[in-house]
Parts: sequence; C-alpha cells; structure tokens
Amino acid sequence: MGVASTGVSRAAVETALGTVRDPELDESITSLDFVASVTVAGGDVTVELRLPTYFCAPNFAYLMVADAYDAVLTVPGVDRALVRLIDHFASEEINAGVAAGRGFAGSFPGLADDELAELRATFRRKAHRAGQERCASGLVRAGWTVRELAAATLGDVPAGPDRDRLRRRRLELELPAGDDAPLLVDDAGEPVAELDLPAQLRFARTTRISIDGNAALCRGLLDVRYRRQEAAAADDAAASDAAVVG
Amino acid sequence: MYTRNGDSYFIVDGHIHAWDATPANQANRYGEGFINCFYDYHRNLSPEDRVWPKEDFLKQSEERILKDLFEDGYVDVGIFQPTYLTDFYVNGFNTTEQDGVLAEKHPDKLIVNGSWDPRDGEAGLTALAELAERWQLKGVKLYTAEWKGESKGWKLTDPWSYRYLEKCQELGITNIHIHKGPTIYPLNRDAFDVADVDDVASTFPELNFIVEHVGLPRLEDFCWIATQEPNVYGGLAVAMPFIHSRPRYFAQIVGELLYWIGEDRISFASDYAIWTPAWLIERFVDFDIPEDMTEYPALTTDVKKKILGLNLAKLYDIDVPEHLRLPETEAGAIGAEPEPVA
Repeated sequence: MGVASTGVSRAAVETALGTVRDPELDESITSLDFVASVTVAGGDVTVELRLPTYFCAPNFAYLMVADAYDAVLTVPGVDRALVRLIDHFASEEINAGVAAGRGFAGSFPGLADDELAELRATFRRKAHRAGQERCASGLVRAGWTVRELAAATLGDVPAGPDRDRLRRRRLELELPAGDDAPLLVDDAGEPVAELDLPAQLRFARTTRISIDGNAALCRGLLDVRYRRQEAAAADDAAASDAAVVG
Repeated sequence: MYTRNGDSYFIVDGHIHAWDATPANQANRYGEGFINCFYDYHRNLSPEDRVWPKEDFLKQSEERILKDLFEDGYVDVGIFQPTYLTDFYVNGFNTTEQDGVLAEKHPDKLIVNGSWDPRDGEAGLTALAELAERWQLKGVKLYTAEWKGESKGWKLTDPWSYRYLEKCQELGITNIHIHKGPTIYPLNRDAFDVADVDDVASTFPELNFIVEHVGLPRLEDFCWIATQEPNVYGGLAVAMPFIHSRPRYFAQIVGELLYWIGEDRISFASDYAIWTPAWLIERFVDFDIPEDMTEYPALTTDVKKKILGLNLAKLYDIDVPEHLRLPETEAGAIGAEPEPVA
C-alpha cells in the first residue's frame, strides 16, 4: 500500500459520487439516495449502489455503476475501487463487467451491440431542453414576453440553481454556456427562431414534466423498497411549486 | 356506473388482470422480483387504507375480483390485458386462458384480450388465429419487455411484428394495447422509447394503438407521436394513482394529454390488482385541474365521462345505456395549436 493511500477521505469519496448522475432523471445519485454504503479501508474503496426497483433499465444502471467507478478513482489516495450494484436482476453482469473494464456490450454478450454514448447523449439533450424550459418559465413568470425571450441570454436568467444546472448541461453538450449565450437554443446550439419558440417551449415543458414526474416516482419506489417513508413527504412538498390542491 | 352530484358515469376499466404470482407459480428469482416490483408500485401510490398485505396481492380469488371491480368499484365493463411472462412463472403470470375463465362466466361485464409475440414466428400466427376464434378477440396486449429464452425483448418494428399486425387486421382484432417495459435488448437503446409505435400506427391506420401508461416515463415522446397519428390512444394505467400521492403531477399529466391529444383519446384504467378502481374513480370525478395551471383545458364532467368509459366503449363496441351517453361531436383530436407558455 502506498503512502498516499492511507489518507483517503470518506467525504471526498462522497463528493465524487455526487458528480455522478442518473442520466434519465438528471439528478445526482447521492441526492437520489442511490448510494447504499461507502466503505474505506486504506486505499480500497467499496461503494454499494441501489435502485428503486429490481427491474430498473439495465443500461442506465450500467452507466451509473461505471460512472461511480470512474468518479471514485479520481479521489486522491484511492488505489482500488469496487462498485457493486445490489438488489438488481442484472447486478452480476453489471458488477463483473465494470470491474473487468469490459464495457457495456462486453458485459452483456449477444444482447447489446453497441456502447452507450448515444443513449447518454439522448438524455443529456432531454435534460438540456428541460433546463431551458425551467429558466424560460421563470422569466415568463417575471413578465417576459415570447418576443423578448427570443433575444434572452443566459445572463438574463437570475443566478441560481436552475441557471447553474443549465450551464452544466451546455458544457457537457459543448454548447455555448457563457452569459452572452442565447437562452434558448436547439440541440445543435442554434438559437430558436421567434416563430418556433412557443411550440418548442411547449414541448420542452412536456419533457420537463415527464422527467420531474419520473424522478418523483423513482424516489417513492426507493422509499417503499428501503423503508424511508419520511423522505417521501419532503419530496412532494419540494416538488410542488405552487398552491395545494383542494 | 358511478353517480355523483346528479351526474352518472359509464365506467370501462381498460386494464385489469387476474394474475397468479404465488410462490408455487414463481419459476425463478425473476418471478419473485417482478411481483415485488408491482407490490412496491401498489404500496408507494395507494392511500394508506387501501394498501393490501403482500399475501393478498399475490393472487386474487374470483369473488374478490368481482367484488373489487363490480360491487365496490363501479365498473360496468372491465378489459383483461394478459401478461404471459412464461419465463418467470410456471403457468404464466396472467394469460388469456386464466383471464378467460372469468370472462366466460361474466360475458356482459368482462372482455378478455389476447396477446402475441413476434418471436413465435409462423406457428404463433396460427395460434393467434385459434386464440381469436376461441375468445372472440377484439384486442391484444403486447409487452415488448417480455423475455423469451435468450431473447430479452422485441420491437413493434421487428419484421415478424408486421406479419402479426397484418393478421390482427385480417382477424378483426382492432385494438392493439402496447406496454413498454425495461426491455433488455437492445440494451444500448432507450427501452421506453415509443418511436416504434409511430411507425406501425402509420402503417396500419385501421388499427387503434393504445399506449399503456400514456408512454410514461416518456410522456413527451408519447404526446409527440400521438399528435401525428390519429389512431394512437393513451391508457391511464399507472398514471391514475398519482391523483392521490401527487395530485399536482396528476393534473399536469392529464393537462398535457388534453392539450396535445384531446379528450377523445384518453382512457381510464386501474391496472387492477395493482390498484382498485373504486377510489380512483371517486377521486377522479371530484378532481379539477388546479386554478393556477391556466395553461390547461378544463376537466369538465363531459370530459370525465369520455375518459372514464365512453372512449373505450367506442373502441370496443360496448353498448352504453342511452342515458349515460353524450351527444356525438366532431370526431378527431383537439390537436396541438402552439401557444406561449403561461
């Protein structure tokens, strides 16, 4: 064991895991409570991940396990990382595949004919569209008209988590992310024309509702699966953005 | 029939089961995992006083099914949607034959749908014709995430799938219910993607494609294809119980559907026995889209009547008593006229 490996910080491991997102839900695996345990023994780090159901889509599960593995290895002092997905029908294949660096297709011989880059990109684009809609809706609520929105820039959005999140998605997709970048761009980074704006925003809203709703469902399922009832109530309160239904 | 404040509603429950998930019928850990997954949906989204003990959830007696649906549940007609899962359950999870036992005893109240799997090839086409004759099928339920030996799922655009859809057309099976699940193959694609529905709906304009769970968790993709294909419908199974746990989200789902596809192509379903219809119907009839969600059309009594029964009654030629019908209006969807976000 090398000198550096004696000082692995558990907090640093958790911070690293916080950068790993569920690609489908666009939230970090730590905030979703998918990290079941972290064990540090010298330079060896073992992480257990859990998911809301036994049959959660294995491709997304694989991405999270692989990303968690990479994230843990970036922490100073880590010699060896072991990431295990628990309580999932494909745990064995995924865990073994990631540990051996076999890649996705190699983990499921005969069942997957390609790696997951395109799948990841598809969901990054969805997250990007939903993020634009969140920021644009905020401006509309503050009185902006559609015509004004067409000329809005990222810098026009008030600083806060929605803007930070959108900026991160832009950087991942290698799209303009500075304050002077247009707020509303298509998947290729081209500004959305004023004429197309209402329809684009309307569709982006549906995307956002779908992602948010899915995330809430997954949290609820994880709660009942692992008996964490208290979190369910807090989640719905946080997700309800306005008045209570009578 | 359900009556509230002087209005009476004809109820068609578009997605029910009579399953057997008892340990004796579980073939392996996947069978156990599958029913556990269903049970977590049940306890996560049911009101506390409607949560069943696990043993009640594994299998329901004939008496219980009839009571839950027709005595307590206001249902006029229930439609069985089979889910075979023969790789997970010794005798299958919920087959046409299992459902058919009940449907045959109560032909005025229960409709049984069939199923097919394109991986059964030529032999399956013959079997489908026999199944259609035996059960007088008007519909089938297709589960694209079904395992079959080495194969872990399929797509509607697989070549053999077209053969089966042609056969459906020939046999007069007009209602194609599609359930997207986490297919394993092809793993590197999004299993919940409904793009294949778009393709077959264009190719078979005389068939109706009812996408179960309104495409969730890909509501936006479902809405997108449904605006373009007039023969695509949305079934509310799984979406319904959000009315209790997340009423604002439920309002958004229904609001989005009304906006994109209109009131004529949305249909009620309890997904029994994951949930029971009584409380879902009671809550839905009392439900309004919150006032601050001004971007959505109103959920009027007439719209509720269509969603709760009249839309599916039309697809299945169910005779609705005169006093429970609505006057005919212009057919077709409201469609999606773009308007600015509110």
